[in-house]
Parts: sequence; C-alpha cells; structure tokens
Amino acid sequence: MDKSMEILDLLARNSRLSTGQIATMLELSEAEVERAIAALEANGTILSYRTLVNWDRVNKERVLAFIEVKVTPQRDVGFDATAERIGRYPEVKNLYLMSGAFDLAVLVEGRTMREVANFVATKLAPLDGVNATTTHFVLQTFKEEGVVLTDGEKDRRLVVSP
Amino acid sequence: MSNTGWADKLNPTVRAVKPSGIRRFFDLATETKGIISLGVGEPDFVTPWHVREACIFSLEQGYTNYTPNSGLLPLRREIARYTADFLGLEYSPEAEVLVTVGVSEALDLALRAVVAPGDEVLIPEPCYVSYLPCTALAGGVPVPVSTGIEKGFRVSAADLERAATPRTKALLLCYPNNPTGAIMPRAELQAIAEFCAAHDLVVIADEIYAQLTYEGEHVCFASFPGMRDRTILLQGFSKAFAMTGWRVGYALSNADFIGAMTKIHQYTMLCAPVTAQMAALEALKNGREEMSRMVREFSYRRRLVIKAFSEMGLPCFNPGGAFYAFPDITGTGLSSDDFTERLIREEKVAVVPGNAFGDCGEGFIRCSYAASVEELNEAFKRMRRFVEHYRSVNRSRKSERMRVGEPL
Repeated sequence: MDKSMEILDLLARNSRLSTGQIATMLELSEAEVERAIAALEANGTILSYRTLVNWDRVNKERVLAFIEVKVTPQRDVGFDATAERIGRYPEVKNLYLMSGAFDLAVLVEGRTMREVANFVATKLAPLDGVNATTTHFVLQTFKEEGVVLTDGEKDRRLVVSP
Repeated sequence: MSNTGWADKLNPTVRAVKPSGIRRFFDLATETKGIISLGVGEPDFVTPWHVREACIFSLEQGYTNYTPNSGLLPLRREIARYTADFLGLEYSPEAEVLVTVGVSEALDLALRAVVAPGDEVLIPEPCYVSYLPCTALAGGVPVPVSTGIEKGFRVSAADLERAATPRTKALLLCYPNNPTGAIMPRAELQAIAEFCAAHDLVVIADEIYAQLTYEGEHVCFASFPGMRDRTILLQGFSKAFAMTGWRVGYALSNADFIGAMTKIHQYTMLCAPVTAQMAALEALKNGREEMSRMVREFSYRRRLVIKAFSEMGLPCFNPGGAFYAFPDITGTGLSSDDFTERLIREEKVAVVPGNAFGDCGEGFIRCSYAASVEELNEAFKRMRRFVEHYRSVNRSRKSERMRVGEPL
C-alpha cells in the first residue's frame, strides 16, 4: 500500500491520531505526514474529520428515514440536476443514485416523524422531475460506518497469559 | 500448592515442576479495576467472522464426529499447500502433517517422541513458559542457554556449542520469540544448522509467530539444506489467524517423527476437535487477506511501542517479530517482580516480569502490544510516570550511598 493510502486508512478509522503518531506508525517524518495530509485535503480526498456518535445513548430526539425517489431524467444532465437540488437541503444526510426499481435513495434526518413527513410532502415530492416517493422510517440502528452499535464484542481475554 | 496430605503420592517429576511465574500476577491483575493489560499473549482481534461462520455451518451440517487421528485430510492438504506457498517447503499431507490441539500439544508430542530419559534438550532463554517443564515431564533434562539484550536475544552457535554434551539430543528454537520478539537472521541460523548437523541433533522449531515478522522475511529453520527432516516444525492458527481459544496447531516433519507423534496423539488425544479443524480449514482457505490486515496493524503498533520506550528511557532492542517488546527496567532500581507488582498497584498497568521466561529475563518486562492504540497510549502515559518516579528514587538512593561511602 502506498503511504497516502495508509494514511487515509488510518485516519478513516481514527481521525484523532496525531501526525506524530501516524509518522511513527508509518516510519515517516512528521513533516512528510503533514505534507501528505495537506495534499489530500487540498485535492478533496479528505473532506472532513468526524466523530461517530451513538445518538441513542444521549437524549436527543432524532428520526431517520430512507426515501426512495423516482425521477424523470433530463436531457444532457440525466439525474444530476435533480440530485443536486435535493442534496442542497440540510435535512438530507446521504444521497445516492441507485440501480433498480427507483432512482435516488435519500437518507433524511429530522427531529420527529412529522418533521420528516413534512419535508417529503412540502419540499421533496413537489420538486420538478420527482415523480414518486416512498418513505421508510428507520426503527433501530444496529451498525454504522462498520461499527456495531448494539452490545458488541467485548474483550474476553484473560488479563495475563503466557 | 494446596496441602491435603496427598502430595507424597505424586510423581516426583511432576512435584518438582514449578507453577508458572505468571500465575502470581494474574490474580492481582484480575482483581484490579480499571487495569490496562499489556500482559496478554494473544491477539486483541476476535477470530474473523467468516471463520466463525464456517464453524457454525459445520455444526449445522453435523460435523460432530471424530476425525482421523492426524486430522481431516482436506485440512492437512490445505496446510501442506499453505506451507509450500509461505515457506517454500513440501510436506506430504498423508504422512508428514499432524494436526494437534494447539502448538502446545505439538510441542509436548515432539518432546515425548524424541527425548529418552536423561537426554538433554538445549533451550535458549528467555523462552515460552512450557519448554522447560514439558522437557522435564518427557523425562529429559532441559539445558537453558542464556541470551542477552547485547545480542538482541539471539542465540548463537557458539553459545549452543558451549552447552552441548554427548547427551544432547535436541534443540528447541522459537523465533520470532516469545517473550522477547527477537528474530534470527539467515546467516546466524545457518551457523546453528551446521552446529545441529555436526552434533546430529533433532530440532524442534516453534514458529507459531512466523507470520508476525516485521523486519524482512521470516526464515524457517527447516528450509536450510539438510534441516527439513531433522526439524519438527510447529505452526498454528492462534497468533496469525487470531484463533487462540480454538486450540488448533500442527506439526510438520519426516514420516518417522510424525508417525511417532501421531502414535502418542492417537492414544492420548485421539484427534483435535472437529469444529476447530473446520474453522482452521476456512482460515487457511480464505483468511489470508484478513491476516495481513492484522499483521499490518501489529506492525504499526510495534513502532509506537519502540518509540514510547525510547522516550521513557527504558533500553529496548528492536523486536523484529511476534507482538512483544522486552525493555530493560534495571534503571528503575526495581526487580522484574517488584516492577510488575508495583505497576499494577500504582498505575494499573499489567505486564509480565521477564524472569517468568527464564533467569536471564530478570531485569526485563514483557509488554504485549496486542492492544488498541488508545490503550497503548494510556498505558504508556502511566508507565512513563511510574518509570520517572522510580528512576529518580533510584538516583537519589545511589547518591546517598555515594555520600556515605557505601558501595552502590
């Protein structure tokens, strides 16, 4: 694996690693790591540094919905123009163009079901090019970004072993 | 040992075997809340899911019976194929491969198969805790050969030559080494191979950590000219495939040695558990990518660990393999046992005293880096505080002695 790839791999799993630690782990100088990260940020490879939060553990009202959207593609731009418009709404967390029975998959976050329903009814569904929507509310999150949120695997090793 | 009055009925050889030095710290560490353990001799990874799933599927299909004594033939075939790919050595799955209950059993079988009463076995120390007891239990005489930090805990042909006698029957080698992490370069192993040929020794090569080699390629002892048939090569799934609790390993050697070991295994164990064998088969077939991911992770941590000890001012040679560092703690003025006990009590970090692996391990501790980067960072923060404290205590004690003219 080349060094930029290794840096990405490490940061994607733990964005709190310091450049010093990364430098030690990859046998690079700190300056080299800083340069590589700066380049990855500049060319849009690294977009942001986030924390994966299990919101169920704190008292925060939150509703997630997956919305299937059927779209009439437009001449020359296909789905791009409609997708771009949908993506501008801050309620939209993730947005994908899909193969299969519908076109866009939209992950929407709101405080209440009513708020999400309202977003679909007043913002998403009336958009030009949007033909139909089907809303699926999320009941429980089991795994996010590769991390199991339910009581996962504990360290069951003996404290000391030869 | 408990005292119920029956001890005099015991076999004197068993009675003379000392319980493992690790035991003492196990209870203390287990009772301590909030402990970070760098005392663990197994990966912090859980067995990859595809392996666990293959095991579940085997149960659903009803694989609940005995297997052939030497192990499932498809597994032995896969072991032979893997060994050819990884080490470039050919073994016949029918006659030269034996699947065992971990490398622990394979080691016991190898010793029992070749050691006759009074035979001497050369064992470089520091070494894994079972080598001396298993040799004694097999009726042999363990002959420890000390190694030191000045030579990176590598044993030399000259060291072995000094310890050899007409009764020397075998040599037990373990590189990459537990507890030191030492590996052996080709040229030095070549000299040892020549020594073994000259003395006509059997070599038991415990290479359980082979895949966890970070500096260059692993050099297998059996790959030297003339050494394949002289060597009983021990390998397993515990470390590289993160499968410690499954208890499955294997031995590779000439048909005479494997046949003899199979005889003992057949009468004492019958076969390794079929469920573990099915899991091992899946690991060999489809687990190599996952293994290299884990090895890469260990190599990252190894560098963090070496740096942390150098910043702490504890001399630590560069361990080329396994997942252990073996720093010198004499600068703190503490013995290995005191260091370990106080570190648990005062900073809640568990390590293993070096003397648990042989007398020449005194003055060292074994730190496993089979722990997450976060745990390692926190453990090093605590250890740094601990080491600085005792180093300054040690310094002022020395200058006090100097003042009153006592020997240091």
